Amino acid sequence: MSITPFKMPVIPIIKKQAYLSLYEKGLREDGRRLDKPRNIEVKVGVLEKAEGSALVKLGNTQVLVGVKAEVGQPFKDTPDQGVLVVHAESVPLASPIFEPGPPDENAIELARVVDRSLREVKAVDLESLVIRAGEKVWNLWVDIYVLDHDGNLFDASMLAAMAALETTTLRDYEELETGEIVVKRESPGAKLKVNHKVVTVTTAKIGNYIIVDPNFEEEIIADYRLVLAFDENMRIVGAQKTGSGGMTLKDFKTALKTSKEVAQIYFKALEQALTSGSTQWAEQK
Amino acid sequence: MSGELHGVIVAPGERLDQRVETRAPYVVEVNGVKVATTVGMVSQREGKSVFIPLKGVYVPEPGHIIIGLVESIGVSSWGVDIGSPYQATLSAQDFLGRPFNPAVDDLSRFLRVGDYVRAKVVAFDKTRSPLLSVQGEGLGRIISGVIVEVSPAKIPRVIGKKRSMVEALEAKTGCSVFPAVNGRVHIDCPSRELEVIAVLAVKLIDREAHRVGLTEKVIRFIEDERKARGV
Amino acid sequence: MGGKPKTMLIGEDGLRHDGRKPDEMRPIKMQVGVLANASGSAIVEYGRTRVLAAVYGPREPHQRFMVLPDRAILRVRYHMAPFSTSERKSPAPSRREIELSKVIREALEDVVLLSEYPRTAIDVYLEVLQADGGTRVAGVTAASLALADAGVPMKALVAGVAVGKVGGILVLDVDELEDSKGEADMPVAAAPDIGLVTMFQLNGVLSEDELERGLSMALTAIENIVSMEKEALKRKFEAIGEEV
Repeated sequence: MSITPFKMPVIPIIKKQAYLSLYEKGLREDGRRLDKPRNIEVKVGVLEKAEGSALVKLGNTQVLVGVKAEVGQPFKDTPDQGVLVVHAESVPLASPIFEPGPPDENAIELARVVDRSLREVKAVDLESLVIRAGEKVWNLWVDIYVLDHDGNLFDASMLAAMAALETTTLRDYEELETGEIVVKRESPGAKLKVNHKVVTVTTAKIGNYIIVDPNFEEEIIADYRLVLAFDENMRIVGAQKTGSGGMTLKDFKTALKTSKEVAQIYFKALEQALTSGSTQWAEQK
Repeated sequence: MSGELHGVIVAPGERLDQRVETRAPYVVEVNGVKVATTVGMVSQREGKSVFIPLKGVYVPEPGHIIIGLVESIGVSSWGVDIGSPYQATLSAQDFLGRPFNPAVDDLSRFLRVGDYVRAKVVAFDKTRSPLLSVQGEGLGRIISGVIVEVSPAKIPRVIGKKRSMVEALEAKTGCSVFPAVNGRVHIDCPSRELEVIAVLAVKLIDREAHRVGLTEKVIRFIEDERKARGV
Repeated sequence: MGGKPKTMLIGEDGLRHDGRKPDEMRPIKMQVGVLANASGSAIVEYGRTRVLAAVYGPREPHQRFMVLPDRAILRVRYHMAPFSTSERKSPAPSRREIELSKVIREALEDVVLLSEYPRTAIDVYLEVLQADGGTRVAGVTAASLALADAGVPMKALVAGVAVGKVGGILVLDVDELEDSKGEADMPVAAAPDIGLVTMFQLNGVLSEDELERGLSMALTAIENIVSMEKEALKRKFEAIGEEV
């Protein structure tokens, strides 16, 4: 059962008013403009035991993604494809609003939006994950770990998931006479085949303004957020309105236009991280 | 033959005459336009457009005389269901009309869970539970008769213009009929047979409240039933 | 299913596998007040998709801490009956059902006058009796009707429809086959009377132009569905007494 949030932190009214009067001047609390994201930091290969990994910082928000590749069985209806599973954990150390326990609706929504945005455009080449059709395939587990929650988990998680997948290697393996597959855990392996790069851009409606990359407080006072997923060809590969407010068509169009511009920034950050192992992006002031 | 409608039925979100008469929350202004928020009927009365909800939720107001069902017994008060989202409280001190000592007085001796009370709402503002009082004429535990539940929005129809419907009900059945604003009608009759007929008549009003010629139909219904049942 | 011909979804005559035109809905049926116990109820059918909705409340929740001081909370449960699908669905709530409960709740929150009933809960229960695509959007339509039937005040009625893309063509009200084999599924809900989109999701790949055209296709259809909702609500009262 989904319940109207009733335990959210209280944002002082004068703070909301302060935010709104800053927006009127085209500014945010941290000095950035309404249509600019916070500083972005992407580091890949941050874990040794995972087959792929990335740490993304978006302002104070930190998300770690680890990709594990295990040999398993394909789904019955897709014997010629590997398996991709996206899972998100809101670990309690990340925020006072997170509690231990199974993923809540927000974590499930986060994982499913990232999953769909990757799956629908076939970002990961699932056919290349087949070891023996109908019997043995690679199962890719993309685990999103929110380490510090200061808003916009969607964009940070998508960036981290994409960066981690781009650096994922499938270990070498040996096929025994019994048919069993033995993975050589320490082998260098081969790079996972990725067909498309995907980023999501989140905008939020606050008062009469559309702002991009909301921080946690901005998310709380927002009417709703719109998450739009793009591939490198700027096709829209996923979308989700999240939050209780309704959206006008005019605001949708404004958000779409802003999101396309911000997607370019995310793609650039992702690209740089993949060529040099890490990147830092900050708006030129 | 059945009555025509009293007016035009409207649905939530539909625009209304900007000078329409009603009370919150059945009509709200959205983007400067008055719209209905519930299913209701707009009828013309003395040149004015009036909106009457056909369904609604009962929200207590101080001064309302309601019929409540005792649901729980506390140390010094009863919890009373008043057919509203909010459970009401009736204090022992009010019920007894004197200072109350929990060491001496056992509340279940006065009102048990399952008892009906006729009471007055004395305080309510949506931040606290409604507070009831039975100090007043005709208030207190209901000791005989039956309670029929109808939609609270239909109570004005059970009462009728200048009490015409209640008076017709009482005259034709010989029962006493008390429609409480929270959607509960107390019916007290000289016999079981008449009680059954009175209950059916009230349910008929609840079902067809929005139709014209209802009073005549109810009178006919009672007369026919009395004939058929020989009472 | 990339690579396989998609001719079966759009025929050479430009019609869909069930004979519909691209912008044609399945037959819609709706009826309110179908359950005795609930404060309000409705059943809605989009073709073979069938969803039952019940509303309880506003009422004080059993867990008294689960309230807000200045408004009612909305609790929504979207659930699929085990027999609603080709293969039996486990009755335990899936991750999909948890997410859909959330997006359906959020599709309703902005139109219900929750501030009228502080410290209470309004419960909306949706049971998908038969699933043939578009269950969440039919669910929003059913929920909107059940809330109105319960007398819960609303600024406007809400309805939903899914637009899809099959064989390169945008189509209205996708069924299960089109959803599973098509290129995109975009569930939309809106309150046309107040000009608000209250649910918006996209599973699939669309160009910017297709996204905007698909959204306006959905909004046009939703206006019609909301008109049907109004008819269904009025019908309940207009019909009463006529058979007597």
